[in-house]
Amino acid sequence: MATVIIPTPLRKFTNNTAKVDINAATIEETVQELTLNFPDLKKHLLDDKGQIRSFINIFVGDNDIRDLQQEKTSVKSDTLISIVPAIAGGVKM
Amino acid sequence: MIEDGIKIYPDECCGFFYGQEDHSGHRRVTDILVVNNAKEGDRRRRFEISSKDYIKAEQYAMENNLQLLGVYHSHPDHPAIPSEQDRIAAQPYFSYIIISVMKNNVTQFRSWILNDNFSFEEEEINNQQLNTIK
Repeated sequence: MATVIIPTPLRKFTNNTAKVDINAATIEETVQELTLNFPDLKKHLLDDKGQIRSFINIFVGDNDIRDLQQEKTSVKSDTLISIVPAIAGGVKM
Repeated sequence: MIEDGIKIYPDECCGFFYGQEDHSGHRRVTDILVVNNAKEGDRRRRFEISSKDYIKAEQYAMENNLQLLGVYHSHPDHPAIPSEQDRIAAQPYFSYIIISVMKNNVTQFRSWILNDNFSFEEEEINNQQLNTIK
């Protein structure tokens, strides 16, 4: 099973679990399984259209899935998946 | 955080802070990790932390048995009030400390946290002696 690293700010939606094992073939399936197991996580990972929120990055190993096959990126049983919130802001819009 | 805000002025500084949260929700900050503002373009009005730095920050927390409590950044020549851009990008749970730097002086130091309605609420800050991670 692939292992998903949950970032600190989202752990309150995973019963304070930092690592979750998921049985899935793609990132899309991983996110589906994750939000099924932890429903409160959904609004923080997905937008109204069910797409991964723009302020959430997902890494497979050291690679951003945007540089791979996006949600269709395949995962294996030994894949380490990191959910990485985009940290940004500032004075100006 | 204050030193970083003054040093990086007129650009926005940014970084993480760590510590422990007690059962009543009080957060004691003990350590600070200064990171580069990775924003391409107007760093005087925007900040961004790279994914690589974020992953390192989480690893530091795990290795040192600390809680990653939040993110700080400065608002050069603007008040320490979150902008709409700050709110849109904000994550739950994290405290967001904003430092207002006016002409090389820190004039405000305030902390904010996102509530369940995705709005910011201000947190009370008591002075702490902090360690900067080298």
